[in-house]
Amino acid sequence: MSSLVVESAGLLSTVQDLGRPGFGSEGISASGAADPVALRLGNLLVENEPGAAGLELTLVGGSFRFPDGAIVALTGADLGAAVNGRPLEVWTSHTLEPGTRLEFGATKNFARGYLTVAGGIQVDSFLGSASTHVLSGLGGFEGRALRKGDRLRIGKPARKTRKRRVTQAALYALKPRKILRVTEGPQAEWFSEQVKQVFYRDMFRVSEASDRVGLRLEGTALTCNATKEMITEGVSLGAVQVTPSGQPIILFVEQQTSGGYPKIANIIGADLHRIGQLRPRVEIRFQRTSLAVAQSLWMEQERLLNTAEQLFE
Amino acid sequence: MQFRAASDQAILVYLGEEIGQAAHERVVKLLRVLQQEPPRWMRNVQPAYCSLLVNFDLSLADHAEVEETIRSYEQRAEEQPAPKTRTIEIPVCYGGAFGTDLEEVAAAHGLKPEKVIELHSSETYRAYFLGFAPGFAYLGEVPAAIATPRLSSPRKRVLAGSVGIAGRQTAVYPMTTPGGWRVLGRTPLRVFHADRKPMGLITIGDRVRFRPINGEVFEKLENA
Repeated sequence: MSSLVVESAGLLSTVQDLGRPGFGSEGISASGAADPVALRLGNLLVENEPGAAGLELTLVGGSFRFPDGAIVALTGADLGAAVNGRPLEVWTSHTLEPGTRLEFGATKNFARGYLTVAGGIQVDSFLGSASTHVLSGLGGFEGRALRKGDRLRIGKPARKTRKRRVTQAALYALKPRKILRVTEGPQAEWFSEQVKQVFYRDMFRVSEASDRVGLRLEGTALTCNATKEMITEGVSLGAVQVTPSGQPIILFVEQQTSGGYPKIANIIGADLHRIGQLRPRVEIRFQRTSLAVAQSLWMEQERLLNTAEQLFE
Repeated sequence: MQFRAASDQAILVYLGEEIGQAAHERVVKLLRVLQQEPPRWMRNVQPAYCSLLVNFDLSLADHAEVEETIRSYEQRAEEQPAPKTRTIEIPVCYGGAFGTDLEEVAAAHGLKPEKVIELHSSETYRAYFLGFAPGFAYLGEVPAAIATPRLSSPRKRVLAGSVGIAGRQTAVYPMTTPGGWRVLGRTPLRVFHADRKPMGLITIGDRVRFRPINGEVFEKLENA
């Protein structure tokens, strides 16, 4: 079986697929790729199933050797991938000869790059998914981020063909945004109109203390005029909860499954993948939208992602 | 029963307004029927004290349809017999290096540490639900005499097996994670085991008791 050898791991490189939803009642959040759209496109480029496991590289990529060669694709952030000093394009598939060393550097634009391989990365499945849940040490490759010396198995490719690259039109439709669209959260009325105005007007800075569990935001403190104490309840992916200090936190893929802070808003489904591309220190803003608009945006995005002719050239 | 959109693909179902047995039993019954016959649009269901969060596949249903189906499930849930309960005993070594906050909790209430141990281990707790982290069961209620709010700033690392309290809730940390509960002691038992069925030592609806042990017994059980 072919393999991939980690020669240097980068800042945080993990095996990810589309996650394991459905185990909330065990306290287990879905995990999965922080930018599932980039992972799906990467898999489609190398003719994998869209949910095959690939590598998620965070801010600074590592260096990976392919003793037997491979067909790979690079999607998401541009981490300056190169082979023998020759740069490789993002959103494109590449054939690597046996013995190739694929090297990444620091990001040139967004937070996470994806490396997908024809045949997929093969790890033991945990609750039906290959995804690493870093915080709880479950799933993926030994439940942890990759380290120097790790050797990952590559599955047998279904086909020997590959798509060339993602179209400019698709990239435009799916591009990262710093204005995230939200619907009102279940405790939106716990905040005064004045506070909501601030929330939808001001910029918030993504703190350095952000990770796959949640993005901590810094900005004008949002005071909650709660008259009663919140009873802990289930929290959804992309929920914007406001802590007693008034700073919002966006719950992300490795989120806790329940929480007791009021939620002012929730990122819409069509923008969830965009959270995964927010770097620390970028400034973002929230834009209010209705449930109906949010839902039609998601449907539209899914239609695009299921139409190969529009995605690839 | 009340419904509220949590996101464009999730809905909160509220089954009560205060923490207690009545709301808990409605939550467990509705959870059971949803798990036994999962609607095809259901992607995840997260129980809590008085509510269920239901995530759905938007390509198969919208909020109105999900609400209608859950209403029909609720009728069947009410006809269900009361859920069976097990009682689980968890050995805990209190204080010292095992329970770094015991002294402070005792001092805050003007009690001796021994009294805090006695009060914490004399109650039979109800496992309201699992949340926060894999296998983390919210247990209640801690006697009012020792109820203590969580730390104002969470610790970066709370060891697996730590037994903490937050207000009138208590819990065992299944794995080493950040956490803000006041740690009274630690159990040598493995609370979460990915290869075990069920994975968590405690499941929703269980009754839980804590049994004080000394450091020697802790070591013996840890190495057993």
